[in-house]
This record gives sequence, structure tokens and C-alpha cells, in this order.
Amino acid sequence: MDLNFTPEEEAFRVKARAWLEGNAPAPMESMDTPDGFEQHRDWEEHLYEHGWAAVSWPREFGGRDATLIEWLIFEEEYYRVGAPRRLNQNGLFLLGPVLLEYGTKEQKERYLPKIVSAEEIWCQGWSEPNAGSDLASLTSKATRDGDEWVLTGQKTWCSRGVYADWMFGLFRSDPSSERHKGLSYILVPLESPGVTVRPIAQIDGEPGFAEVFLDNVRVPVANTLGPEGEGWQIAMSTAGFERGVALRSPGRFMASADRLVSSYMAREHLVSPSLRNDVINSWMEVEAYRLYTFWSVSRKLAGGTIGAEASLNKVWWSEMDVRLHDTALRLLGEDATLPLGDEHWLDGFLFSLAGPIYAGTNEIQRNIIAERVLGLPRS
Amino acid sequence: MKFILSEEQMLFRHTVREFLEKECTPEIARSGFNRERWAQLAQLGAVGLAAPADEGGLGLGEVDLVLLLEEAGRAALPDPLIETSMVAIPLLREAEANDLLLEAADGDVVMSVGLAGSRYVTYATDADVLLLQLGGAMFALQRDDVKLQLMPSIDMARPVFRVEWLSEAGTKIGEGADLVEAAFDRAVLGAAAQLLGIAQRCVEMAADYAKERHQFGKPIGSFQAIKHKLADALLMVEFARPVVYRAAASIAEVSHHRERDVSMAKVYAGRAAKRATRAALQTLGAIGYTQEHDLHIWMKRSWSLEAAWGTSDFHRDRIADEVMG
Repeated sequence: MDLNFTPEEEAFRVKARAWLEGNAPAPMESMDTPDGFEQHRDWEEHLYEHGWAAVSWPREFGGRDATLIEWLIFEEEYYRVGAPRRLNQNGLFLLGPVLLEYGTKEQKERYLPKIVSAEEIWCQGWSEPNAGSDLASLTSKATRDGDEWVLTGQKTWCSRGVYADWMFGLFRSDPSSERHKGLSYILVPLESPGVTVRPIAQIDGEPGFAEVFLDNVRVPVANTLGPEGEGWQIAMSTAGFERGVALRSPGRFMASADRLVSSYMAREHLVSPSLRNDVINSWMEVEAYRLYTFWSVSRKLAGGTIGAEASLNKVWWSEMDVRLHDTALRLLGEDATLPLGDEHWLDGFLFSLAGPIYAGTNEIQRNIIAERVLGLPRS
Repeated sequence: MKFILSEEQMLFRHTVREFLEKECTPEIARSGFNRERWAQLAQLGAVGLAAPADEGGLGLGEVDLVLLLEEAGRAALPDPLIETSMVAIPLLREAEANDLLLEAADGDVVMSVGLAGSRYVTYATDADVLLLQLGGAMFALQRDDVKLQLMPSIDMARPVFRVEWLSEAGTKIGEGADLVEAAFDRAVLGAAAQLLGIAQRCVEMAADYAKERHQFGKPIGSFQAIKHKLADALLMVEFARPVVYRAAASIAEVSHHRERDVSMAKVYAGRAAKRATRAALQTLGAIGYTQEHDLHIWMKRSWSLEAAWGTSDFHRDRIADEVMG
């Protein structure tokens, strides 16, 4: 057991820090506004041009072959300088790893570089109006017609769907199938005829969600990721990674915890002393998350797997983030609901509230923990 | 960065677990300290784990000690392992008190400790030698050198005593802030490791019960109210574990964050134990509230360890002082 970074890892940190400190952008508008979207895309292009957009990916697809530990270090440094959330996170953290694992050579070469460069922005097409936590009840169909799929149905809660170029979705490709069987994982260009994207204003008023209607949309069968009919297994591997370290590495929360401590110390004499405990509890939760992440990533690097334990991870970071921002708003007192100052706690608070819902609600995660880790019987 | 246990460490833990499953069943755990078992533990290398190999020990480190104590907590072992293996032996090693070190590591001399951060001394009548702190120094005393008063604790398998020095008796072992502060932090880490083992055991006990116990024609573990309660308890346990192991590394590496990290281990293991014992009690229902079931042994141990060597509140303040200092 060695909790120290190796000289190579330290050297990687120094290099990443130097670049990020010299290149960190000024604060941007929300990525869900037209101007903010362009600002974020410019930043992504800049990251890509300098090889920092997807550090853990293979070089041939635009990465820099960094280890998972180095990737965690990059994330710490990235958020330490206040760099923005990643515009193409669905492509980078959800689709990308699945393409690397299940994609054909052609698919990898076709899609991965444009994810890294943010030339193509991706959204996720899983949820439907009547299939949320019960995702396996989804009814959007893929009907085979020669070399093409004909897609019909409706996807919803597609984050950044308004600005996305592509959607990766789950479709029922075997009409006689039920539940988890007979689903296929299909990549859909959103400019295809028959696609209608309707923006949905999120709680902050910006069109962060979209509903995607598919009316006889034709896509090549070659756009199927993994074997036909095995979309659920492939989707759940994304879900595992999403719930696990990929989507929410500790770096962003570490930066938030540092800001929380600073915010508190700047107001220590103005606020109730009872906030001190909440601030230190949040600091500890983030520190525990950092340690747990290194603990599970080390196990993965030693040949282990991150399975249902990823659900523990998701419950932890999402509820930790809500508590942290809740405490931050209490520090602001009567200014809590006013988007003032440069600390941006209100935006972070709103964003944190989505955490226990997306990537599988925390109720579903707790079921997974109870059934697959503790072995309790299914309901 | 390689935050993982070695094959040897996992094997060692497995050996200790097997031994305790046989030699420290719940019936035995109720009955208190036993010298024969202590001799067996010494033979296993558990007692003198941290003593140098040429002083009757295994020359192992804090992570190994934590694994040992985690298993001790899991079995609710009613023996002074924190006091002897975790605190006294490293302290004697540090102070170069080699004769006593050898006897302690062999299991011939059972030890307990009384530190300034604690009002009571545990297992005082089972111990042959007490290491007591006076000011900034540590003294070794025989049992006859002190007057002992057993306190009526609810956890009688971990007896606590008031200790009064009868005379100027006692041999000074060593002194200095480094020595006594390190001893205290070791005791804290030992308690954290045991609390972690207790928490793990209680989650497992509750999950086993929830699979067997039927109501409304189904195992109660199929109900989400039970599932989510136990999932939350497991969450606390799994997130406490790396926190406790990291604290062991911080002591081993003489980190300047040692106090903070050790305190966080106590807070997190204490929280895990509280959540797990409560979840287990609620899952078991009335039978858990009796002495006919074994759960109470672990619950009571968790209460006495939570209270020992600084409560969670004490340790949270210590962390805040460093983080916000």
C-alpha cells in the first residue's frame, strides 16, 4: 500500500498544472445558452489542440495514454484552476469508454476523434416519458429494413440535446422481446429526417433538456454499437462507469470543498457557529470520496472490477454534493437565492439537485447495492 | 499511488478471521478476557505484530495492525489488543524498553495503557503491567502499584477502571510530546479499526437476518424499506474503510497530517458503526433488543469505543482546527 504519487505521476501533475494555469479560461456563461455553448466549445477545441481533452484515451484517438491515476490527477488540476464543466461529457465519459470496449475498428476511428475535439456533441437517448427508473420498459422501436434501422418513438430528458449532433440510444429491436432482452444500442445523427428536438427549460430557465421525437428515422445498421439485441448489457456497462469514477471524479468536489472552507472562513464572524460543523462535514465527505476513488481505482488497476460497487460511489457523490451546496447557500444568508458575486454557489446548488436523479436515481442505486452487494432478494 | 492491500496482508487477515471465528464465538465474546486465548493470539503473531522481528515480533506495520483490529472488532474480541499490540508495544519499541517489549510480544505480560486523553484504563485487572501517562512522560506500573476501581460499564466484556497511583512507584519508560501524542493517536486508530469491523459485522448480521425472516409471506429483505436502510449502512462502512487505512499509512509515514487523518478515521468508523448497529437493531426488531440474540454485544462495544479516546465531536473539532487553522 503506497499512498504517495510516483515520480511519474508527480511529473504528470506538474505538466498538467503548468498548462492549465497558463490556459484556464475566464468564467463562462451557462453551456445551455447559445453564447455559453460556443464559449465551452471553443475551450474544448483548445483542450483538444493541446492534447488535454481526453488524457486517458489512446493517442491514436486524440488522448495521451495517461493512466487512470494520472487522469484523476488531471481532473484535480483541471477544477483547481476553475475550468468549466465538460461540454461533451456524454461523449467523453459515457459513450467513449463503451466505444473503446465494444466498438468496431471503423466505429472507433469514425467517432472517437470527433468526441475528443468536440466537433460532434453527443446526448443520451435512454429515458422515455414512461420509462424512467424502469428503463427496461422502454418502447422506442428499431425495425430492420435491409441495411437500415427504422426508428420510431420518443426519448426525453436528453441533456444538451438541443445542441447535440448525435444521440446514443436504446431501442427495442426485437418486437417480441420483453424487458432487458431484445434492445439494441444505436447511434443516431440528430440531423436525420424524421428527428424533432424540442427544448425543455430546466430549473434555471435554460434549455438544458430536450425531448427527441423519432418518426421513421433511418440509420444504417452499421450504427449499432455491440451485438444486436444486447443493448441493455452494453448500456449498463456505461451506467456502471457513469456511476463510478468516470462522470464525477473527485477533482470537481475537491475544488468545491476548498471554496466552501474559504467562503466559511471569510464569513466566520458573521455566520452562526453551527455552520462550522457542516462545513467540516462536507470537507470530510469530499476527502472520503477522494480516498474511496483511489481505493477502487487501485483495485481496478490491479485487475479487479468495479461492479455494483459503482452504485455506492454514485449515492455518495450525489448526496455529498447536495449537502455541500446546501451549506454554501446557508453561508450566504439572505443572499442565498441571488446569483451575486463570483462564487456561483446558486448555479452549483441547482446542478447538485439533479445528481440524485440522473444516472439512475439513488433509490435504484440503493436497490442495486442491497441486491447485488448484500445479496438481498429482489422484490 | 497504489492504495491496495498486499497478498500477504489479505492472507494475514484471513488467518486472523479464521482463528477468531473458532476461538471467539459470540458466546466466548460475552465472557471477557482469557489468558489461554491471549497465548494463542501471541503464538499467531497477533500480539507482537509491531515488535521488531528480533524482539519476538513480526516487525509489521500500522496497516497490518489495523487489519488485525478490524477483525478483532468483527469478532467482538474482549481482549486488550489495542492496548497491548497497537499502543504499548510500539511505545516500548520507541522507548527502547526491550525487556518489557519482549515479554509483551511473547504474550507473557499483558498490558494496558492509561493516557491523559482518557479518564479510564481498560482491562486493568487482566493486565500485568499498566503504562500510565503522567504529564509528558509514560510510566510502567505493576498492578499492585495502583488502586483500581471497576466502573459499572454496560460493556462488561471491555471493563473500564478508575486508576489511582498508590505511591511514587513505577518506572519511567520515556517522555516527550512526540511519544505520548503518538500513543494517543495509535489508540484512536485502534478504536477506529475495531469500530469498522463492528460495523461490517452488523451489516452482515442484519442482511443475513433479512434474508431468513419472513413477514407478509416474503423475506423482509425484499422490502425497499429494509434494502435502503442496509444499503445506507453499507455505504458508511465502505467509505470508512479507506479512511481508516489511510490513517494507518499516515502514522506509518509520520505524516504531518497524522492527527487529522487519525481523527477522521475515528469519526468515520464511529459513524459507520452507529449507522450499522442502528440499522441492524431495526432490521432485527424485538429480538435485537434482547440478550438472547448476539447483536447487543456489538452494539455495546460500539458505544464504548465511540466514547473511548475522544468522541467523534472531539475528533471533528481536531480536524476543523487543522483544516481551518
